[in-house]
Amino acid sequence: MGLIGAYRLRLRRRRLHLRGWLKRREMTNVVNRTGAIRGDSIILLCTLRNERIRLPYFLRYYRDLGVNHFMMVDNGSDDGSREFLQQQPDVSLWVTPGSYRKSRFGMDWITALQRKYCHGHWTLVVDPDEFLVYPFCETRPLRALTDWLDTSGIRSFSAMLLDMYPKGPIDAQPYREGQDPFEIAQWFDSANYSVKRNPGNGNLWIQGGPRARVFFPEEPIAAPALNKIPLVKWNRAYAYASSTHMLMPRGLNLVYDEWGGEKASGCLLHAKFLDTFAAKAEEELSRGQHYANSAEYRAYRDGLKTQPDLWCKWSEKYINWRQLEILGLMSKGNWA
Amino acid sequence: MTGASVPATHQAANGTLGFVMLCHTALHRAAETARHWAERGCPVVIHVDKRVQKWSVEKLQSDLADLTNIRFSERFACEWGTWGIVAATQAAAEVMLADFPSVRHVYLSSGSCLPLRPVKELIAYLDERPRTDFIESVTTEEVGWTIGGLNMERFTLRFPFSWRTQRWLFDRYVKLQRRIGFKRTIPNGIVPHLGSQWWCLTRQTLSTILQGPDRALYDRYFRRVWIPDESYFQTLVRQVSANVESRSLTLSKFDFQGKPHIFYDDHLQLLRRSDCFVARKIWPHANKLYATFLSDDAEGQAGGEPNPGKIDRLFSKAVERRVKGRPGLYMQSRFPHEHWENGRTAAPYSVFQGFSDVFENFEGWLGKVTGTRVHGHLFAPDRVEFAGGEAVFNGALSDSAALRDYNTKSFLANLIWATRGERQCFQFGPGDNQELNWFMALDSNAQISVISGAWAVPLFKSNLNFTDIRREAARLQKIELDHLSVLRNGAAKARIRIWNLAEFIENPMEPLQTIVDEISPRSLRRLTEAPRLTDLTGFGQFLQNLRNQGMQPVLMGDFPTTNDPRPSDSRRGRPYLVK
Repeated sequence: MGLIGAYRLRLRRRRLHLRGWLKRREMTNVVNRTGAIRGDSIILLCTLRNERIRLPYFLRYYRDLGVNHFMMVDNGSDDGSREFLQQQPDVSLWVTPGSYRKSRFGMDWITALQRKYCHGHWTLVVDPDEFLVYPFCETRPLRALTDWLDTSGIRSFSAMLLDMYPKGPIDAQPYREGQDPFEIAQWFDSANYSVKRNPGNGNLWIQGGPRARVFFPEEPIAAPALNKIPLVKWNRAYAYASSTHMLMPRGLNLVYDEWGGEKASGCLLHAKFLDTFAAKAEEELSRGQHYANSAEYRAYRDGLKTQPDLWCKWSEKYINWRQLEILGLMSKGNWA
Repeated sequence: MTGASVPATHQAANGTLGFVMLCHTALHRAAETARHWAERGCPVVIHVDKRVQKWSVEKLQSDLADLTNIRFSERFACEWGTWGIVAATQAAAEVMLADFPSVRHVYLSSGSCLPLRPVKELIAYLDERPRTDFIESVTTEEVGWTIGGLNMERFTLRFPFSWRTQRWLFDRYVKLQRRIGFKRTIPNGIVPHLGSQWWCLTRQTLSTILQGPDRALYDRYFRRVWIPDESYFQTLVRQVSANVESRSLTLSKFDFQGKPHIFYDDHLQLLRRSDCFVARKIWPHANKLYATFLSDDAEGQAGGEPNPGKIDRLFSKAVERRVKGRPGLYMQSRFPHEHWENGRTAAPYSVFQGFSDVFENFEGWLGKVTGTRVHGHLFAPDRVEFAGGEAVFNGALSDSAALRDYNTKSFLANLIWATRGERQCFQFGPGDNQELNWFMALDSNAQISVISGAWAVPLFKSNLNFTDIRREAARLQKIELDHLSVLRNGAAKARIRIWNLAEFIENPMEPLQTIVDEISPRSLRRLTEAPRLTDLTGFGQFLQNLRNQGMQPVLMGDFPTTNDPRPSDSRRGRPYLVK
């Protein structure tokens, strides 16, 4: 990469910052508790729409891990999500009626908040249906991980999206508020992931899992990306380039070892495939606010009509992070 | 603080063991540990890094103000790898020797150290060895753990730049000195030794080092040595002590970057069973560890020699995972460059080209004989032919050809990874996706057996128009020729065997025996049941017809045009019972 290429990337990053700066005006602050953020606080950022039923467990899960502050962007919920979040003591809430698609699927809003509030903090950017699992997460809080990353001089931590699904029809077991979604969606695919290197940006491009297997068997390239880098020691110069799949500057994407070794990594357990999914797919399809004209949701809807069971006899039942480690979906690296 | 003289009632009288603590973060934890020692009769001298803010030092001092046997020594800035740490140690040790005459052994520890065994046991251990200096001290030739590739050069070059913050200048300056052949002289011909920073020395040894006539000379020299905290005492102790036990009483492990491994609550049992006296480094929020080891309940265990073997293994495994990884695994945090995989695939597997064309029900036979999983053509153009015609296989791999072709390398690596423990065999041929030819040829886990030209057999038996057959034959022959040139390349690492069709038909049992022996070496028995050869009557004429049509079949070897390839009595049935 020559100087010109490097400068072009810099311009692109600056443009992302500018977009965030402009888009911040779409957001209205409902409650701002950022005064409670301390120097070493771990901050979670999340964009959501109509996820009221998921929120209690989501907040509990991340509070238990040791997240200190939640910055939530509510994109026009009408199911009480906003009222619920407003009452939480560790949540700062913004609402926006803006277009999800036109704000780079929420990333412009997140970028604006990160630049303003998160400089020098470990930040975790996840969706309300994503649950972070990392090595030793049962016995060590998130701060143990971020402290270790700090001492090891690591700025970004990879956690691949792992699609979890129930056995039988997706809507057979209704999800109750506050329930651990993985009591229902217990299963996952263990080794059908395609990994490629994205040469321009240095990140990996991972696809596969049940979504590729069931919804995209004839069109693999359209299968959703599963590589994610949700945990970053934020600097206001950084920017997420494409959801949390890719970061700028590019060095942050080097979450993998290229010489045979393994770096530490985790997984984002994805509780997408619950009974709430069908309704969500319909809604998102009519709104047309998702990636690539919601092709993903269209494929889901078509697939769901014909073949609602993602489970197969080679599905693995989730036990704990050690199982994921043994299966090679994540790694302890040199953290012991 | 230093003047406090009212003895607190809960404090034991000062004993023979004193601790020097170097602290820079998590001072509240350092305070707990210092209190633990001090209350049990061990004087503590605390050095706080000069870069620590004033208010937190004052907090620490007031927290410990009720203890009369704690002192604070003069503060130095302790940047890693610089003289400051040695200066701090010297100053604190001097305070210890001057203020606490009862002390016989001085133990150097840090603020993130934690005693694992009751201090009584440590005192008893030292009482049995009153003249022994515990300090890891080895010559530069014997250490393999140095950072930055510098061993002896630590002592002969100059290091004015910081390794952490001015790495570029650091490296350049080292290079420059090497080029011009610069060398510092080592004073008095002392032999440099290296070792862990954490030691336990006797008053005699320590005072000889600190009050020796050459101290100024040595200090001036070591001030410019790189990482003097790992060499100053380690070297000088050899000058003054006759009783060096070259090991550290502090359990402290370093990872591949030279950063200390950190202990958490879930290491509790491991630490307990290690029988080490002191461990470093403890995560400051490891509440359970602090609560457990700083209480007196920990007594009554079997107290033997320190035995950190288990912890050593745990950490060396972790470093190996980080440096070498698991062979054949491609995932989010391990994606090696080609040729750096340390194993392209996870386990041995076998590729058979042409065998299922030449034998009837070859797959069933092979599975029975070798007890392995035998697939059809995994890379067939229309679908993945998993064993038993399964639509999904181990790891939830799909039989969709599109998914497989989207990333063939991931497909194969996934299959072999997901079936670790069960050998995989599959059929291959020029009609299949050829993308992985190089990948497999360079994979030492692959066993590739080829009967060249065997693809002509299904054509021979097909019901196609001859012009179509000829076109297809030319296409397949070209593909197989390309594949063979890959397999015959000198760089190939797979176990590759190639026969042409004619020579294979001539004597099929020997090759089969070799292959089967290689797949299941333990069973080493002669094959008693052969797979059934397909009927090749008229195959020679078929090849001649191809030639007549202008297509030159070159891969089959010599088939006589008129005769059958084998004597007619042994063509069918199960003829070759080789005993």
